[in-house]
Amino acid sequence: MTINLNSSNVGTRENRLGSITGYIGSLSDLASQSECGTLRGCARCFSQSSSCLSMCALSELNRIRNVAVIHHGPAGCSVVASLQEYLTKQLAAKRGVTTNSVYIGTDMNERDTIFGSTEKLRDIVLQVNERYHPEAIFVSSSCATGIIGEDIDSVVDDLKADIDVPVIAVHCEGFKSRIWATGFDIADHAVLSGIVKPPKQKRNTINFKNFYESARDEIIEIFSHFDLEPIFLYCNSSIEELEHISEAAATTCICGTLGNYLGNGLEEKYGVPYIHSINPLGVQGFEAWLREIGRVTDRSEVIENYIQEQRAIYIPQIDEIKRELQGLKAVIGMGPGYTFEVTRVLNELGIEVVWALAWHYDKKYEDGQVPPAMKYLLDNQIDFEASVSDQQNYEVINILNKYKPDLFLSRHPGSTVWASKQGIPAVSVQDEFMIFGYKHTLEFAKTLLDTIRNRSFEDNLAKRVKLPYTEWWYQQNIASFMESIK
Amino acid sequence: MAKILDKQRYKCAMAAMQTVQAIERAIPVLHSGPGCAHKLSNLIGNSGYFSPNIYPCTSLNEKDVVFGGAKKLHSTIENSLKVIDADLYVVLTGCIPEIVGDDTEEVVEQFADAEKPVIYASTAGFKGNNYIGHEKVIDAITDGLLSPSEEKIPGLVNIWADVPYQDEYWAGNYRALEELIRDLGLKPNTIFGYQRGIRQIQDIPKAEFNLVISPWVGVKNAKHMEKKLGLPFLHYPTLPIGAFETSKFLRTVGEYAGVPSEKVEALIREKEEYYYHYIERFADLFLETRVMSKQFSVVADAHYALAVTKFLVNDLGLFPAQQFIVDDTPKEFREPIRQYFEELNYGIKAETIFETDGYKIHNAIREHDYHGYPLILGGYWEKSIAEETKAHFLNISYPIQERLVMNSFYVGYDGGLRLLEDIYTVARSRFN
Repeated sequence: MTINLNSSNVGTRENRLGSITGYIGSLSDLASQSECGTLRGCARCFSQSSSCLSMCALSELNRIRNVAVIHHGPAGCSVVASLQEYLTKQLAAKRGVTTNSVYIGTDMNERDTIFGSTEKLRDIVLQVNERYHPEAIFVSSSCATGIIGEDIDSVVDDLKADIDVPVIAVHCEGFKSRIWATGFDIADHAVLSGIVKPPKQKRNTINFKNFYESARDEIIEIFSHFDLEPIFLYCNSSIEELEHISEAAATTCICGTLGNYLGNGLEEKYGVPYIHSINPLGVQGFEAWLREIGRVTDRSEVIENYIQEQRAIYIPQIDEIKRELQGLKAVIGMGPGYTFEVTRVLNELGIEVVWALAWHYDKKYEDGQVPPAMKYLLDNQIDFEASVSDQQNYEVINILNKYKPDLFLSRHPGSTVWASKQGIPAVSVQDEFMIFGYKHTLEFAKTLLDTIRNRSFEDNLAKRVKLPYTEWWYQQNIASFMESIK
Repeated sequence: MAKILDKQRYKCAMAAMQTVQAIERAIPVLHSGPGCAHKLSNLIGNSGYFSPNIYPCTSLNEKDVVFGGAKKLHSTIENSLKVIDADLYVVLTGCIPEIVGDDTEEVVEQFADAEKPVIYASTAGFKGNNYIGHEKVIDAITDGLLSPSEEKIPGLVNIWADVPYQDEYWAGNYRALEELIRDLGLKPNTIFGYQRGIRQIQDIPKAEFNLVISPWVGVKNAKHMEKKLGLPFLHYPTLPIGAFETSKFLRTVGEYAGVPSEKVEALIREKEEYYYHYIERFADLFLETRVMSKQFSVVADAHYALAVTKFLVNDLGLFPAQQFIVDDTPKEFREPIRQYFEELNYGIKAETIFETDGYKIHNAIREHDYHGYPLILGGYWEKSIAEETKAHFLNISYPIQERLVMNSFYVGYDGGLRLLEDIYTVARSRFN
């Protein structure tokens, strides 16, 4: 797959990677169909609301310090502005930096859908530039502007003469993909095409794509042993930092879904190696990841020493907890960048995964390969029932009701409580670093243990609430509403 | 025409899905793109019986934009009725079907004989903000579910006040308003919140009158019900907070409903005595806070701006600086609202500014002389300007971040005390 940085538009995951949002079967079947290219996802004749790709794209961009995001659409599209204010200010304060990034809407109305409003958009961009002097401006479309054919590319091209910082068009029509993670690619594409400059020198830095930097200090500490400096993206990034990411020794990420486009883009365009390993979650993941970084940056020896040192500290402790987790059964529902990594970690900890849901599935990544997490499970003969479902809650609840596992693990806001309502202990893997490295793998194992040892909350809740579905639905096969894509 | 939304204070019309969610066992069925509900929801307090990730949604894609999504809507409604255990299904349209021209009404009509009611409101994002969307949902309920009733329940009063979820105190405020009506010996009827649902909706036409407590939201709905159901209405523009306004509210409603004035006066005496017991005790704090000037600004929708301004002036004796109304109030209501702000004790007139551009609001606050440390009650956006101007800041209006509101309320005598607790908790968090 060639990344085309000359166009402001980026293809959807469905079109670029053959990604799907509907499938029911087993992991081995999903993997082997992906490998031989026969995998075709299903559509649904009944579905529930999920997420909008613009949220992933524009929130990522807005977390860069001192930028402006201008979301051209009705007021609902730009409604995340206040959440962004709250998040960016708290995240900056936590790190001890400041950000003046703004998220601006254009409050498009009915008249604009008939007569267009590109002139007004132009005025708003100029006004925002005047007010805040941002270091970059991202101008995004929406469903409404997309359908009526507002030409934001032309507006942006025109403005380049009047504004001396990068002004970048970002295409976020929500109907274009059911996979909200397409938004991550859209953000990466905007950064790659509009901000990143060609390398002038090589640096001992490693680009680290993550969400909220919560393990920043300890990762800096770890990499200091290897004479590498991690540059965390995009939360609290500066434009200046981003201009130079082409000079890094490598790119890595905490979540393959999040980092794949940028990593492969930097590799393809500027020769910055992308770490194509499983992710640093759990013991196996952390070690495989460190070793791959060692191989790529020519630091294998020092990294091997580090691994041995740390193993001596943590492995005995992890083994001890493992004994207590042995034999538990879990259902898990997360984005694919986590589902197939966390299932591996659960397997390491002796927990049996009885069903795994992925909110979408990428049959290959930008490099044309099956995602490493998937390949690992396949190579190690780990198999379980699996489905691909863009957070279709009715399917999740039906599965939980049938399997009644000891644990439900999920990621994404609002996805955890539905297990608790059925009396099933639930753990939200909300912090992307919750299972990072030896230390957090140990903490994670302890958290699982604490969770199953005090079930009061879910007992109390389950006794008193009713689930939102009919009895009829619980008697149905979860595939009832799946149909082949025409 | 499009305009700059800098420090955004409202959502789009389809956020009226939250009005539906506030009705127990009513579910929005969205004919929209896949992510609208997630975006338009508040990020906490979404794990009730229904929540945005339970809402059925046609999740329109590129193909539907070209070929239309009517068929998808049909199968979504049909299966919602089978899968979701609800009493009422409210189909809401987003931008996509309304631009491409899907005939949603026709699809919804095919479910006229369904076992449970299916109604429809047109709420495309570009049709207005969520205050307008809220009104569209109430009209859809009137048109789709209600007819004039011969049978009347004596003393029954329908209450229409806060826009649920847009005002985070809605759940508590509605209960507190009910309590005030009950204190008058009347029977309150509301359709939002705990144990308020289809049964309360069915009772609407049996009421003696509609009581609209808001400067403008809901007035159109009441007029529509007057015409369609023959229900008269009383418009009381100010959400009552504290003794002054609550007593006035009780007198006005009591008189309108024919409650004997001796009864109303006895009630007010009792309530004010109770209220002033606490005010008296804590007057030292209100009078002796060293670092708070007499001047304040509220940045909120018309509903809260008016209610809080009246409370701080008429109860607490503070003085209004400029008051900012940020809900994009329809033009025809602006003049009457301006008037309400000029009917304060001692002939005090508060200057009101209708403004949706937060940048201009912050400039105005920055430029105003508050004669000391200002008090600013507003949205989360005002946190930064409050820091800059050394103001005391309380986040009372949308957007609310960094605080949790479950069932608290600011309505009534107790609500006034609660607001004082919140304001002076902030004031006490720094040197006094």
